[in-house]
Order: sequence, then structure tokens, then C-alpha cells
Amino acid sequence: MLQFANPKRFMDATASALPWLSALTAALFLVGLYLSFTAPPDYQQGDTVRIMFVHVPAAWISMSGYAFIAVASAIGLINRHPLADVAARQAAPLGAMFTALALITGSLWGRPMWGTYWVWDGRLTSFLLLLLLYLGYLGLWQAIEDETRAARAAAILALVGVVNLPIIEFSVDWWTTLHQGESILRKGGSQISAVFLWPLFTMAAAYTMLFATLLLVRMRTAILERRIRTALMESAA
Amino acid sequence: MSAFATLLARDVRLAFRAGGNAALSLGFFVAVAILMPLGIGSDPALLARIAGGVIWVSAVLAALLGLDRLFQPDLDDGTLDLLAMGPLPLEGIATAKAASHWLTTGLPLTLLSPVLALLLALPAKAIGTLVLSLAIGTPALSAMGSIVAAVTLSVRRGGLLLPLIILPLIVPAVVFGAGAVLAAMDGIASGALWLLAAYSFVTVILSPFAAGAALRFALSE
Repeated sequence: MLQFANPKRFMDATASALPWLSALTAALFLVGLYLSFTAPPDYQQGDTVRIMFVHVPAAWISMSGYAFIAVASAIGLINRHPLADVAARQAAPLGAMFTALALITGSLWGRPMWGTYWVWDGRLTSFLLLLLLYLGYLGLWQAIEDETRAARAAAILALVGVVNLPIIEFSVDWWTTLHQGESILRKGGSQISAVFLWPLFTMAAAYTMLFATLLLVRMRTAILERRIRTALMESAA
Repeated sequence: MSAFATLLARDVRLAFRAGGNAALSLGFFVAVAILMPLGIGSDPALLARIAGGVIWVSAVLAALLGLDRLFQPDLDDGTLDLLAMGPLPLEGIATAKAASHWLTTGLPLTLLSPVLALLLALPAKAIGTLVLSLAIGTPALSAMGSIVAAVTLSVRRGGLLLPLIILPLIVPAVVFGAGAVLAAMDGIASGALWLLAAYSFVTVILSPFAAGAALRFALSE
């Protein structure tokens, strides 16, 4: 990643890569949606099992997004990589959107499955806290005017909040909950049949590529905005 | 050690003076806790079940009250720069500030909580757990508060942002603290106090490093 410390090289590399990434994202979504709609209905849940293909990848991406922000913040603080802070800041709205999406789709799934839109158990509560962490992180970036100071303050906040991620992950083991326990990464192999795993993993790949593509677009926009600001200031001087 | 004690004594003294926060926080704590039964209804059975949570939420709000003035006044008048040049490292300064915040906010409300518990019809067998949970948990509130206060230094309208940022970080204290009181009321054995103690321990020990780093960034302009 060090070769992309130079913003110009980053811009050139992403300019050529973005069309391919967008195409790949679109292709993965097409295949994933096709597989999701043609998967057989579950014997217990019927057709509502298909919400899983939208809900679970969104939750995975929102947690990975926060982990990404934490890692980028650490790199920004320790290595002073110039694009690390840009990456962290631009990833935050995406992560927040995926978190909100996961909460909403999960709530819609909960109504037919558990009989309730919401319950204050460990998994749902800590996931709602993840959304609040994202919003607080975004608010902090907005509130501090000097970008370098904002980057450092936000980095510390992101690293303090990263402790929430293992809590979300293990909350289904530690506390009684309505939410599904660990079904995929378990000793003895996955509990879910392959006919559901294929759409799930394809959609997960599609969501990941969407996150990556949108992140690169946002980072390019941020760098261009910074150049415009610099040019304006120089022309005013 | 004496630099730490001096800073601690100074802040405690300032908090108890006219412009300070100690009496204000205590008054706010009582006001919020009294407002709850007025809004929810005075059925003793209902009040007893929510008393632990109400007192804990009031404690959190009262602790939040003084946080945006934890470091800001000293940064504004240059005291923080002088302190940073002194023998106490920034981590020690952050610890002293958090400790003074607890001594002037957390400790008084812990001591006052039995009175509020009586007002909220909490059964006598749970009052001991309530005081213990507050005694264990309020230092964590001050410690986490010092991190967020340091991170939001010199933010315009920082006073509004600080509660939003700190809320997800102190949820474990509220959940385990109020949960411990509820378990004591129902006579159920619960690990909530232990989990609260673990959370408190980790937060208090590690917060000076995060707050110190944030102070270092704020001072280095």
C-alpha cells in the first residue's frame, strides 16, 4: 500500500481500475440476486429465508467496515500514511448505511420469524451501538475544522470503539438471545446447507465489491475536493 | 506523586467553588431521578422495577454534565500548556482530571443514591447492590468521559457532540449496573457486578493513554 501513499499514483491506479470494479460489482449482484431468488424456500421459514441473503452480508460488511476504519486509523496515527485518514473518513458513511440496512432488514425479518420487530438482546443492542459509534465518528469529523486535527481525534475515537466488534461477534454465545447463533464458522463445519450458502457468499462478495468500489469513488472525490480547495486558496492569495 | 496530588486538589477545590460543577451535578442527578416517577406514575411495584435503571441513567446524565468543561477551560487560558511542560506527563494529567471528576460527581451521587432509592421504592435488599454498582461503575464513567472530552477539545458546539459519542461507549456500565440491581431485587445470583468491575477496571487503567494521546494532539498546534 505504500506505493499508493502518493495521491497522484493512487488517482491514476484507481482511474483505470474503477470501471473493472464497477463491472465486477454489477456482475456479482446479478448472479447473487438470481441465486437468491431461485434458491428453494426453507422448510421452516418459507420464502422469508431470502431476507438472509440481504441481511447477513450487510451485517458482515458493516462490521468489516468498522474494522477497516480502525485499521486505517491506526495506520494513519502510527505510519502517517497520507491516504489512511481519507480512507477512514470516506468509509464511515458507507459503513453506517450498511449498518442501518442490516438493522432494518433484520427487523423486517424478525417480525415474521420471532413475532417482534425488535428485542433488546445482546446482538441487536450491540449492533445498534455500532450504528451510534459510526454516527459519533462522523459527527466528530464534521465538527473539527482542521483536517489533520480531526483525523487524529477521530482515529482515537475509532480505536476506542473497536472493542464493540468482538462483543457483537460473541454476544450470541455469551447471552440468551432470539438471534441465530454461529452457523457458518463452527467446529464441525457449517450448519447451513450449500443451496443457501452459494447465494449468501455471492451476495457477500457483491456487497464487498460494492463497498470497495464506492469507497474508491469517495476517496477520489475527496482528493479532488482537496485539490480544488488548495487551488482556490492559491488563486485568492 | 505530589504533582498529581496538587493537580487533583486544585480541580476538586475548583469544582466545589461557585463556578464549579459539584453541586450542579448532584442537583441535576436528583432532579432527573425525581422527574421519572412524576412522568411514569407512582405505582410502587412499577417504580421498584425501574428504580435501578432510573438511578443509573440519572447518574450517567449527571456525570456527562461536567465533561465538556473538563479540559476546555484549562486549554483556553493556557493552563494546560503550562501543565504539559511540568513534571506530570499528559497521561497523569488526564488521570488527575478524571479522578477529580469522579470525586466531585461520581462519589457524591453514589453516596446520595440510597436516598433516591427510597424515593423510588427500591426494596431495601437491593440498595446495597445499587450503591456498590455505582461505586464500581462511576469511575468508569469519569474515565471514559475524560477520553471523549480530550478528543472533542476545541470543537465548536462540542457540548452537543460529546453525549452522542460517549453513549455507546458507556452502555456496558448502565446495562450491568442496572442489571445487578434488578438481579438483587429478584434474589437471583448474577455476574453483572463482576462484568461491571471488569469493564470499569479496563476503562480506568487504559483511559489515561487514550486521553493523553488526544491531549497531545490538541496541544501540538
